[in-house]
Amino acid sequence: MILETAQLNLYYGKFQALKNVNLKVKENIITGIIGPSGCGKSTLLRVFNRMNDLIKNVRITGSVMVDKDDIHSPMCDLTMLRKKVGMVFQRPNAFPLSIYDNVAYGPRVWGITDRKTLDEIVQRSLRAVDLFDSLNDNLKSPALDLSAEKQQRLCIARLLAVEPEILLMDEPCSALDPISTAKIEELMIELKKKYTIIIVTHNMQQAARIADDVGFMLLGELIEFDKAKKIFTNPRDTRTSDYISGRYG
Amino acid sequence: MKDKIAEKLFLFIAFSAILSLLLITFFIFQQGIPLITKIGLGNFFSTTWSPTKGQFGILSMIIGSLMVTTGALVVGVPFGLACAIFLAEFSSKAVQNTLKPILELLAGIPSVVYGFIGIVILVPFIRQNFGGPGFSVLAASIILGIMILPTIVSISYDSLLSVPNTYREGSYAVGATKWQTVTMLLLPAARSGIVAGIILGMGRAIGETMAVIMIAGNALKIPGSILDSVRTLTSTIALELGYAAGDHRAALFACGAFLFFIIIILNIIAIRVTGRK
Repeated sequence: MILETAQLNLYYGKFQALKNVNLKVKENIITGIIGPSGCGKSTLLRVFNRMNDLIKNVRITGSVMVDKDDIHSPMCDLTMLRKKVGMVFQRPNAFPLSIYDNVAYGPRVWGITDRKTLDEIVQRSLRAVDLFDSLNDNLKSPALDLSAEKQQRLCIARLLAVEPEILLMDEPCSALDPISTAKIEELMIELKKKYTIIIVTHNMQQAARIADDVGFMLLGELIEFDKAKKIFTNPRDTRTSDYISGRYG
Repeated sequence: MKDKIAEKLFLFIAFSAILSLLLITFFIFQQGIPLITKIGLGNFFSTTWSPTKGQFGILSMIIGSLMVTTGALVVGVPFGLACAIFLAEFSSKAVQNTLKPILELLAGIPSVVYGFIGIVILVPFIRQNFGGPGFSVLAASIILGIMILPTIVSISYDSLLSVPNTYREGSYAVGATKWQTVTMLLLPAARSGIVAGIILGMGRAIGETMAVIMIAGNALKIPGSILDSVRTLTSTIALELGYAAGDHRAALFACGAFLFFIIIILNIIAIRVTGRK
């Protein structure tokens, strides 16, 4: 298990957003988290790189282990954790810098200044997301001029540049058209060879297409967690089957 | 019907503001330009200002204005930027809601009060600790630097706040610290607004008159150091217009025309910089 939660509860002030979540994420597969809006799936994802630290009045109980280390222990280096556990957001958030500077951002944060090393990292990261060849060496042009799909690829490249182990993806295709979505899904399947991917999506078909393990969440609870095939063909819980058959959602 | 009248009325009022600007522009240039053509640009930009002998060279005043403006930026920009960064990124809402109005109050203090504080506190302090007359480029720079703070802070603050939160999240997501996020991402992202704030502050510093007259010393020479006394374009106009006549008066208008020109250029740059995203 590369990532494991036990009795995880999260409160926004008085509101309990996560209830007793026990999740085990295996290495080098895609784990999908599905569920209707407001079920806490994005909140859960944002626990894993402690993005919730940015929000006030958040209280967390229970444990979250990444690589056997408790991420909420005082020994945990937050910046190291975020380097290890990268995150792709719902809307592509390419920075208003050049393409090169976007990818080189992370390595620079981590103190790499040598031009040749940076060049190599940028090239390797852009190749890993199949962006390098289509850019025709226009690495100096503004990142915001790219299409939404390419911006999302660029955001993934930006993460890969700091060599993470886990990629958290928070509805990474919700701002993209179907063709772009298919391309990003292809990329995710390619990336799982080297990285562990956890994707939150309210698009069940997407989870069915790409995820190996799937968790179904409802009102802050992880109702069911199993192999994708099992969840989509023969779920244990009636709430899961009702959601999957489209009875609500 | 009533709407039509109201519309026309407001249109007229709106245009009267523009009209007064046009009139001021026309008047200043109409009064000042003939003298420049009469004595020639070479003479106008020479160093001798001796109205009784018909010498109207404004170079030492231009240099004076440049020095106090640069000085004001040296003082105001680091403090203003630091203040904006603190307010926008590191302080709580409560602190922001207290500090921002206080800073804006700073803009409301009459410039004569700044000048007064300069004379009473800053000028003696400089005289005793650094030498020279105290009435100096340094004194004027510090006071002007404080005076342009509100402009720089509020515009930089607004442009930092307008940087979307998703950028901050993206930066934290690769392990950046808050400080790295500010210096490596937010400042570049907010650059255009910050530059515009600095340019507008610069315009304010060049145009400031009363405080500068009170503390700059107004000596008509090119200062050798920042402890020397200095006279700016605006000071000259304010000090001499009361008794000037004929060519002398026209020369003061020419100074005004020159200042006006500089301010317009600065404003155009500021608008250009903010407009380009």
